[in-house]
Amino acid sequence: MTEPPMADLQSQNYIRRSASTLTPPSVRNHEDEVAKLIDVTRCIGCKACQAACMEWNDLRAPVGTFEGTYDNPLDLDPHTWTLMRFTEYENEQGNLEWLIRKDGCMHCEDPGCLKACPAPGAIVQYANGIVDFISENCIGCGYCVKGCPFDIPRISPVDHKAYKCTLCSDRVAVGLEPACVKACPTGAILFGSKKDMTDWAGERIVDLKSRGFENAGLYDPPGVDGTHVMYVLHHADKPSIYAGLPENPKISATVEFWKGLIKPVALAGIAASAVVGFLHWVITGPNEVQPEDEKEAERVLAAEREKRGSENPYIGGGPA
Amino acid sequence: MTRPKGTLIRNPTLIRINHWITAACFVLLMLSGLSMFDPLLFWLSNLFGGGQWTRAVHPWIGIVLVVSYAGMVVQFWRDNLWTKDDSAWIRAIDRVLANKEEEAVPEVARFNAGQKFVFWSMALLIPILLFTGLLAWEVYFGTASSIETQRAALLIHSLAAIAAIIIWIIHVYAAIWVRGSMRAMTQGYVTPGWAWRHHRKWFRSLAATGSSGPRPHVDSSETRK
Amino acid sequence: MTNTWQDIKNANLVIVMGGNAAEAHPCGFKWVVEAKIENGAKLVVVDPRFTRTASVADYYAPIRPGTDIAFLLGVIRYLLEKDKIQHEYVRAYSNAGLIVKDGFGFEDGLFSGYDHEKGDYDKSSWDYELDEQGFAKVDDTWQHPRCVMSLLRAHVARYTPEMVSRICGTPQDKYLNICEMIADTSAPDKAMTSLFALGWTQHSVGSQNIRAMAMVQLLLGNIGVAGGGMNALRGHSNIQGLTDVGLLSNLMPGYMTLPADHEVTFDDYMKTRQFKPLRPGQTSYWQNYRKFFVSFQKSMFGDAAKAENNWAYDWLPKLDIPLYDIIKAFEMMNQGEMNGYICQGFNPQQAFPDRGKIRRGLSKLKFLVTMDPLDTETSRFWENFGPQNPADSATIQTEVLQLPTTCFAEEDGSLVNSARWLQWHWKAAEPPGQAKSDIWIMSQLFHRIRELYRKEGGAFPDPILNLTWNYTDPTEPASAELAKDMNGRARVDIKDASGAVVLKAGQLLDTFAQLRDDGTTDSGCWIFTGCYTEKGNQMARRDASDPREQGIAPNWAWAWPANRRILYNRASADLAGNPWNPQKPVIQWDSTKWVGIDVPDYGPTVKPSESVGPFIMNAEGTARLFARDQMVEGPFPEHYEPLESPVSNILHPKVSANPAARVFADDRKAFGSPSEFPYVATTYRLTEHFHFWTKHALINAILQPEEFIEIGEVLAQEKGIAQGSWVRVASKRGHVVCKAYVTKRIKPLSVDGKSTHVIGVPLHWGFTGQARKGYGANTLTPSVGDANSQTPEFKAFLVNVESVNGPEV
Ligand SMILES: Nc1nc2c(c(=O)[nH]1)N[C@H]1C(S)=C(S)[C@@H](COP(=O)(O)OP(=O)(O)OC[C@H]3O[C@@H](n4cnc5c(=O)[nH]c(N)nc54)[C@H](O)[C@@H]3O)O[C@H]1N2
Ligand SMILES: Nc1nc2c(c(=O)[nH]1)N[C@H]1C(S)=C(S)[C@@H](COP(=O)(O)OP(=O)(O)OC[C@H]3O[C@@H](n4cnc5c(=O)[nH]c(N)nc54)[C@H](O)[C@@H]3O)O[C@H]1N2
Ligand code: HEM
Ligand code: HEM
Ligand code: SF4
Ligand code: SF4
Ligand code: SF4
Ligand code: SF4
Ligand code: SF4
Ligand SMILES: [Mo]
Repeated sequence: MTEPPMADLQSQNYIRRSASTLTPPSVRNHEDEVAKLIDVTRCIGCKACQAACMEWNDLRAPVGTFEGTYDNPLDLDPHTWTLMRFTEYENEQGNLEWLIRKDGCMHCEDPGCLKACPAPGAIVQYANGIVDFISENCIGCGYCVKGCPFDIPRISPVDHKAYKCTLCSDRVAVGLEPACVKACPTGAILFGSKKDMTDWAGERIVDLKSRGFENAGLYDPPGVDGTHVMYVLHHADKPSIYAGLPENPKISATVEFWKGLIKPVALAGIAASAVVGFLHWVITGPNEVQPEDEKEAERVLAAEREKRGSENPYIGGGPA
Repeated sequence: MTRPKGTLIRNPTLIRINHWITAACFVLLMLSGLSMFDPLLFWLSNLFGGGQWTRAVHPWIGIVLVVSYAGMVVQFWRDNLWTKDDSAWIRAIDRVLANKEEEAVPEVARFNAGQKFVFWSMALLIPILLFTGLLAWEVYFGTASSIETQRAALLIHSLAAIAAIIIWIIHVYAAIWVRGSMRAMTQGYVTPGWAWRHHRKWFRSLAATGSSGPRPHVDSSETRK
Repeated sequence: MTNTWQDIKNANLVIVMGGNAAEAHPCGFKWVVEAKIENGAKLVVVDPRFTRTASVADYYAPIRPGTDIAFLLGVIRYLLEKDKIQHEYVRAYSNAGLIVKDGFGFEDGLFSGYDHEKGDYDKSSWDYELDEQGFAKVDDTWQHPRCVMSLLRAHVARYTPEMVSRICGTPQDKYLNICEMIADTSAPDKAMTSLFALGWTQHSVGSQNIRAMAMVQLLLGNIGVAGGGMNALRGHSNIQGLTDVGLLSNLMPGYMTLPADHEVTFDDYMKTRQFKPLRPGQTSYWQNYRKFFVSFQKSMFGDAAKAENNWAYDWLPKLDIPLYDIIKAFEMMNQGEMNGYICQGFNPQQAFPDRGKIRRGLSKLKFLVTMDPLDTETSRFWENFGPQNPADSATIQTEVLQLPTTCFAEEDGSLVNSARWLQWHWKAAEPPGQAKSDIWIMSQLFHRIRELYRKEGGAFPDPILNLTWNYTDPTEPASAELAKDMNGRARVDIKDASGAVVLKAGQLLDTFAQLRDDGTTDSGCWIFTGCYTEKGNQMARRDASDPREQGIAPNWAWAWPANRRILYNRASADLAGNPWNPQKPVIQWDSTKWVGIDVPDYGPTVKPSESVGPFIMNAEGTARLFARDQMVEGPFPEHYEPLESPVSNILHPKVSANPAARVFADDRKAFGSPSEFPYVATTYRLTEHFHFWTKHALINAILQPEEFIEIGEVLAQEKGIAQGSWVRVASKRGHVVCKAYVTKRIKPLSVDGKSTHVIGVPLHWGFTGQARKGYGANTLTPSVGDANSQTPEFKAFLVNVESVNGPEV
């Protein structure tokens, strides 16, 4: 292999590996689940996290244009693994709120991308919960895009590999916090064990409720068995106002079916038809032309020749 | 190619070439598709030079398949129109399968009901595969439709592919089972006895118009009578 | 900042008004977040636009640009009316009880002493009534009709909530709500911190905006205490250092002022600077002026400055006008009175008002030198870049010399942050290409110029020829050497009364208290004395420990003056020396000395009973609600409309704008009227860019790629402007064609019953760099400044806007 193995340095603590029928190496199980907590209520939308992600991962999207929003680039792309999304929202009291959400991979406990991925080891999940794309195994099919309930992965039109936030698995593996966390000036992004982050979110929610945000809450959607990137929201009852954060994300039923039941059934069906054919062969044998058939055919042809005159070269005659 | 004297042309050269293009494409599509369909079969991607190549090449082969199968449709559609005899033939399928075609099975024209079934189901499935395949074609159409649509497309694509594969298996088995068929598609000719046994109505029509196949001489049959 | 960044976390209320801290100071803003989370603080934002700061605020209210004084004087009225002031504090630490001269008055928008002809004040009546000993008379009961408190009450009476709302456009309920939140911090154990920047300074009444809030803070007892203060969030990383070392045309290092023309002799000069105490027992620290001045002159001229030549007083430049600010400089260029310009780390073509005038000025120069790491618009002003810079190169004769410089990461040095900390930094990279440090370039210039003077004489060679220049490598003095010069040394052995040597010749000084006026010490900037001592480089200290976790880490870097982190910290304790807020004491009297986490304002053993006021730089020892003659346009702030305004002054239509503002004739002609330019515009920055240079950096260009303006939904609808579509924004001075961001964050304001629209113009674009080409906000802005500081009025002017089909070509 010419490429160096990317990020696969953690292969011994996989707990999930895409398209793998055998148990992946997973000896290191004594590991805390991690989580990145994004406190939307203290985020000032400065994009330091976005810049840090670009710096650490050496990503540079093309210089775009202004399109009537502070969202820049306008969408996630292979060079933009995280993106601040700004929403001007008028609340029930008629007061304006400017909701700023850091979009990016949620690192689902039950990752739809991984479920959908057909390439063994192209998507893995470590024991700490991080969902990572291992580019050298990626075939560029884009199934992860369809599998993801959050519309996160993007396929590069250049190298045809899927890209998304790695939760800085390379940094986390050596005991550093993700680059975006380090850069955040307001402490709106925190990183730690999932438990600590959940507890801290609890404190934040108490504070927010005391400030009149009755529906403040933690976004850790159960539909994907929770995520390793969580949000503190002022309006946890309405996640979709935060630039379309899914209300109740789960792996689409279509994907579940496509990647679930039909696989074994289909393969069984294919195998069954082959087996039935074979049995038919064994039981009945080939259907061969009998000498009588040739005779009968010759009889008909002879009669026809008689009718039309033997000179007709075509009936049972020579080369066409 | 030399056709032995007295044999009938079943599949002329152009048809044979086209058929085998279709067949080859289909096999490649099946192999490449299945490698992406189930991880158990991912190893098949090695046949194509790895996963990236498999993913890249599959849709293009699909396009070739569509073109060549379209040719087959043009060539074959008239002789695949369904008739009352076909329904009767289906009802007598047990005897057909038991190699007892002579026992009250209706006489078969150029194609029997089974072949017509293959023809028409492929004629239906291939456009479905094309359409859903295009929706799922990340490189060119990754953003052309919603993700929800693409999910449905891939589901339908794989279901259609499985159906097509099963039909293909039946088709291939039939080709092996009915001796002489292979030669019909490889060398293009059949013996009068083969035609008498499997496609008697077709045989009679050739004989009646003095044609050596693959189709009866429609015009001359009347005048010469 | 009177306080420090970390101290913000001690606040109970954070008010961001006249700034946008989250966007312009995102790192420092963490302390606001900390205050909210750890101290349960509330955050209030008052800004014409709903900003990123507002996005995390507890309460937001809009305000029309340029009307903050009305708002704040209204707050003062509210506080006085509801008696929400901290009485004991105000009585002891402000000049509320001092009695003002009989001749002082205010009528129809003018204070006493206005000269209509000159557009200037005779300020002699703006002062106290003195007794026989020269002390100000006082009435601590505040009953005297001419005591400051009575005058203030009368002055603010007009600013009723209705009036405030009519002027500012702020809805009354929102305004009153904020008044109430502010008033709550008058409790001795509650503090409000005021965070501000250009939203207040960049107005023709900029300095008075800040004064108004300082007065509010004083009445609330919020100055000197933890979590309080007037906190100017400064701009460039070292802009605080720039003012500290006197890089303004009327200043010398350490806030000493340059002599004026009429101050012919050294004695004339000293007379007006060494203020005598105006109250018994006060310190009036400027009494030491002579020590600072002489030590400065010794630092500059060494042995050549001596008692006999009045410490080389004559070698200082003397001002014929109050100051030569940048607006003046460009006026002079346009008038042909200035024909050479050295532009060091400055990009006026984009940064200064009325770009057209800037370009015309630069075009008339004989030479322009730019010293900059980047290819700035100023260096390229002569080149035609299309509509964004329509220069006619053929007609421009200016010779432009571009000298590439290093930037901070390529050299050792110190930066002074907003909290007055001098923080040392170390070189991290080699400069690219031919870049040379600013110090190297300036040294080269100096040596060549001195050589010329040596050879050719010239009109006045003395200051140049006598300049001290003792550096290991004279062609490039080391930063540490310059820092030691700033700190200062003993020039001879210095003995105490008993004759013992306390400082050896050549020894670095520990504190400015050691400075002398006999020429035996030198110091380049007295407020910096103590930053680089015999113990080493204090600025390089990196001990973050914060003994009481109260936001004061005394061993992190070094703060001027004397490593004091909270100015006026004496005011954090009551008259007896007990902290107003026992939970968060800064310093307190322990019966023998002042103790606490900070360096006290004055001698640690000065007893509270001596009642030395905390405001030792003022002759009164107190802070001033009444500014005496210190401000150009009056001892109290008064609401004046911006020079370009959609309405005339409701309070006094005849004196609508600041009567003391300096306006050049051509600039006045370039003011637009509301009939032609009906909308109020304001300019500001975005987090994604730093002025005009980060557009040269790819990441920043990606994060905010293209010029745009912000416009409210109502106006956009009226004008048929679609989201993200092209618009043309024009002022009397020029126009910009760019994209529109139609936003809910700017709402029309009801000003005196009329619906008033505000248009927001971010300032960052230009025609060099990696972002998309843009015009720049200053194509539109008027060339007029704050009457005191001449900071341009970038924050309130008039424009028109219309929808256009596409970019100009
Ligand atoms: N990202 C970034 N940070 C910077 C800089 C930068 O260029 N980019 N520059 C640095 C420099 S040099 C400086 S000086 C500081 C400046 O820091 P700030 O003063 O905070 O910055 P501005 O964006 O100029 O203006 C602040 C706010 O004032 C509001 N405003 C306008 N007019 C008025 C008014 O009349 N009243 C009130 N109450 N508000 C008004 C504007 O809407 C704007 O939101 O930022 C520093 N920090
Ligand atoms: N309309 C409008 N205009 C404004 C403002 C506004 O709010 N509205 N804000 C004003 C304010 S507060 C400011 S501070 C000015 C800023 O105006 P400028 O200071 O002119 O703007 P900058 O882009 O910061 O330019 C500084 C230059 O210094 C260069 N530089 C950086 N480091 C070094 C160094 O070490 N040595 C040298 N020699 N050069 C260096 C940079 O490359 C850059 O070109 O803009 C003002 N203009
Ligand atoms: C007719 C044109 C066809 C097109 C354009 C097409 C396109 C595609 C595309 C784009 C994919 C996704 C993977 C990739 O990007 O390569 C795919 C997958 C697949 N294709 Fe096709 N295909 C076509 C025909 C067929 C046919 C005829 C078969 C069946 C033999 C087939 C079987 C499959 C299978 C099994 C998959 C994998 C589905 C899964 O992973 O669940 N395709 N096809
Ligand atoms: C690779 C395996 C294949 C083999 C061995 C094979 C074999 C044959 C043979 C022997 C015939 C001639 C039957 C006759 O003349 O009666 C035939 C006909 C035909 N084949 Fe195939 N074939 C293959 C693949 C395919 C595929 C993939 C398709 C279509 C997608 C296809 C479509 C047809 C059609 C339409 C006919 C004409 C008769 C009919 O309608 O069934 N074949 N094939
Ligand atoms: S958010 Fe999407 S890409 Fe990320 S782990 Fe979940 S399913 Fe995968
Ligand atoms: S594109 Fe996505 S689903 Fe396909 S192989 Fe790569 S990671 Fe897996
Ligand atoms: S965790 Fe790392 S990869 Fe993910 S957004 Fe943050 S910086 Fe980017
Ligand atoms: S760095 Fe922090 S505060 Fe800034 S945008 Fe990102 S999450 Fe928000
Ligand atoms: S310049 Fe940027 S990184 Fe530095 S303190 Fe200011 S906001 Fe933070
Ligand atoms: Mo600034």
